Amino acid sequence: MMLENMVALVTGGSRGIGRAICKRLASMGALVGINYVANPTAADETLAQIEAAGGKGFTVRFDVADTEAAQEAIKDIISTHGQIDILVNNAGITRDGLMARMKEDDWDSVLDTNLKGAFCCSKAAMRPMMKKRWGRIINVSSVVGFTGNSGQVNYSAAKAGLVGLTKSMARELAGRNVTVNCVAPGFIGTDMTDGLPEDVQEALKTQIPLGAMGTPEDVAGAVAFLASSDSNYVTGQTLHVNGGMYMGH
Amino acid sequence: MAVEDKMIDIIVEQLSVDRDKVVPGASFVDDLGADSLDLVELIMAMEEEFDVEIPDEEAEKIVTVQNAIDFVAKIQD
Repeated sequence: MMLENMVALVTGGSRGIGRAICKRLASMGALVGINYVANPTAADETLAQIEAAGGKGFTVRFDVADTEAAQEAIKDIISTHGQIDILVNNAGITRDGLMARMKEDDWDSVLDTNLKGAFCCSKAAMRPMMKKRWGRIINVSSVVGFTGNSGQVNYSAAKAGLVGLTKSMARELAGRNVTVNCVAPGFIGTDMTDGLPEDVQEALKTQIPLGAMGTPEDVAGAVAFLASSDSNYVTGQTLHVNGGMYMGH
Repeated sequence: MAVEDKMIDIIVEQLSVDRDKVVPGASFVDDLGADSLDLVELIMAMEEEFDVEIPDEEAEKIVTVQNAIDFVAKIQD
């Protein structure tokens, strides 16, 4: 139980990768805040699965793209539970389309949720971490932030932006023993990827040396490492979880 | 005196320094070993404690213990 007595907040924790991260952190002993915005039933289901496994959690509704709402909600969590020790900026949306036809709104909403949301939540959560001289911020980026992907100029820009945010924050907060890292998932089986046509999914698999899609649990394992004291000396890094489809620089 | 005592409490806590080093003429950076992040945290702690907002251009002028005490005394008038 490496995370006993710790409080974690996972944005976008109701489904997919976020749900797997919530469950994993709870299984390590953390009290996990499951943030969601649109789907209370899914968030309740995540909580039910955590509790069924003997873990502890709570659900918290706010839109990470709504700066004030996010700050208020995080303040409330800090005053109720005394602390946030681990923040996982996982909330993400897609509004795919070729750039020639992409609406400005599609750019703004993806950047607001995926990049600005991480900035706002981190800003609200970092102060008690700095005071405690211990904290973990983990941003969920994506392989497309490194490789690019046609149809995803907005999403890949936001995900690449998270890497820069991570490195600068890591430098600013290192003196307070708060580490900031990224996890960059590749092709992971979730609602987000289930929508792709079968032939596209098959074609993608041929690009993956390990020959299969990843699971949300694979990503949760990387987050668990970065959240634990096993990663004390790791900051400003990106941990790629992609079956080898991209091997870094 | 209350303001001064409170201010010294904040400085002692934020910068983890001995109380007897927190004299009016002490510079946060040169005498009390503060770095830039310490200064930001100190300003944020002042904002919280005294329920005020300190704009960046005011914050930049707060470089000694006396500056901080004077600033808080001024805004509380």
